[in-house]
Amino acid sequence: MTESQIISSIYKAEYSKLISVLCSIFGLSNIEIAEDIASDTFLAASESWKKKEVPENPTAWIYAAAKNKTRDYLKREKIKLEKINPELKSKQNNSYSLEWEVNESEIEDNMLQMIFAVCHPAISQESQISLALRILCGFGNDEIASALLCSKETINKRLYRAKKLLVESQIKLEWPAKEEVQKRLDTVLTTLYLLFNEGYYSASPDKNIRRDLCLESMRLGLLLAHNPSTNFPRVNALLALFCFQSSRLMARESSNGDYILYKDQDRNLWDENLINKGEIFLNRSSTGEKLSKYHLEAAIAFWHCQDGDSEKWENILQLYNYLLQIEYSPITALNRTYALYRANGRDEALQTALKIDLEKNHLYHCLLAELYQTKNLEKQKSHLQKALQLCKNKNERAFIEKEIQKLED
Amino acid sequence: MKEFMLLFRSVPNPDFKPTADQMQAEIKKWQDWIGDIASQGKFVSTNQLTRTGRLVKAGNIVSDGPYAEVKEIMGGYMIIKAADYDEAVEKAKGCPVLDMGGHVEVRDFMKLDHLD
Repeated sequence: MTESQIISSIYKAEYSKLISVLCSIFGLSNIEIAEDIASDTFLAASESWKKKEVPENPTAWIYAAAKNKTRDYLKREKIKLEKINPELKSKQNNSYSLEWEVNESEIEDNMLQMIFAVCHPAISQESQISLALRILCGFGNDEIASALLCSKETINKRLYRAKKLLVESQIKLEWPAKEEVQKRLDTVLTTLYLLFNEGYYSASPDKNIRRDLCLESMRLGLLLAHNPSTNFPRVNALLALFCFQSSRLMARESSNGDYILYKDQDRNLWDENLINKGEIFLNRSSTGEKLSKYHLEAAIAFWHCQDGDSEKWENILQLYNYLLQIEYSPITALNRTYALYRANGRDEALQTALKIDLEKNHLYHCLLAELYQTKNLEKQKSHLQKALQLCKNKNERAFIEKEIQKLED
Repeated sequence: MKEFMLLFRSVPNPDFKPTADQMQAEIKKWQDWIGDIASQGKFVSTNQLTRTGRLVKAGNIVSDGPYAEVKEIMGGYMIIKAADYDEAVEKAKGCPVLDMGGHVEVRDFMKLDHLD
């Protein structure tokens, strides 16, 4: 690895932890100071390591440098800081500023508290995602913009508002009260779930960013599973879902970026290792009495990783039946209808599909086109054309255009 | 969109002992029907009732089982969303209880807005 690769991999691994540690010192209301010190530290690392050589323990170097910068900052800005945050005064007189040891379990603790803070119900879902990418995943604003297909200005504004809310809502870096952990964890899991889906279903042309989003969601999920206070069955179910879905990341896109349908994927490109890991998490999730939607989605994803058709689709159909009873969503309804088609046949699925009211959803028309295949060529074509009119995603549009072309040939 | 309750009533046949496969097929029929309604975003909730019960009457009279005097029992209910009775009835027509010789009672809810 070159220095810049080393720096970038350490940055990815340590940025969010360092921010969390710094915020535990400065308070969440001074998150911008924490961000400045963290950026300065990594900048200093990159300059120093390019000039000299990369130190033996780069992570320790980062923490030592950050510690010095923090000490300098505190000396320089003491009066100003005390005005902003009176808590700092007492802390400063005590020991922390000189005895800042890098302690793995404390860092992990800070990091988990940071996850809870970022995924606070006071912050809107949309802002949580951007804030999570910035603070928990160390993404730059332009990377976030690229991942979420927004302009950089939008992201800047969103982050600005989210950080303002952190201050105004007086959100603290702390563990939620014991009786609140379950409820707060639900918000955290929703955010991780959305973060993963942003990566998995994103239309972003940048393949690496999409993959990073999936990996980052998994990393944050693992942190929750490693800590006894947050290691609940549904956390493991969510991780199982992430693993099963990610196992097909390489198989669902051709080398020139075209989308490949599940049924056309090369099974050899599925990542067996991730499938096995998913099974481990799925087993760990099968305790307790509550069946969450993550359990059902993980089970559906599990069956998608299996061979053989008849048993598979019947199981997937039944899981979708249950999932829809817990929570309706248009995409679940469409997926369920596809499973119905594979399990019970085209006729029954078509009848059901025609009762679903999703006229404005391009995937609905793709599904109808699929169901009219071999039955009614004209309708198949007209639904593909409707889908094309409605679809905004570039990759999906290319796919639909190709399907229409096939029918015309 | 209003809510309607579908009540499933049938006369139980104590001699019918379904095999595991028959049970499985029966569950599938019900779940596919419920899933169909849920995939239209019209499902609210459902519950199956067991075959046991107690009958309570005035004068402290309690008896076992709801079938002492009625042949027909209620096997469960489902609450759905529908625009009107016509739509609710249309949905009820797919209920598997009909294949077992039972019937579905479709009922409208009385609005008790002051309780909200």
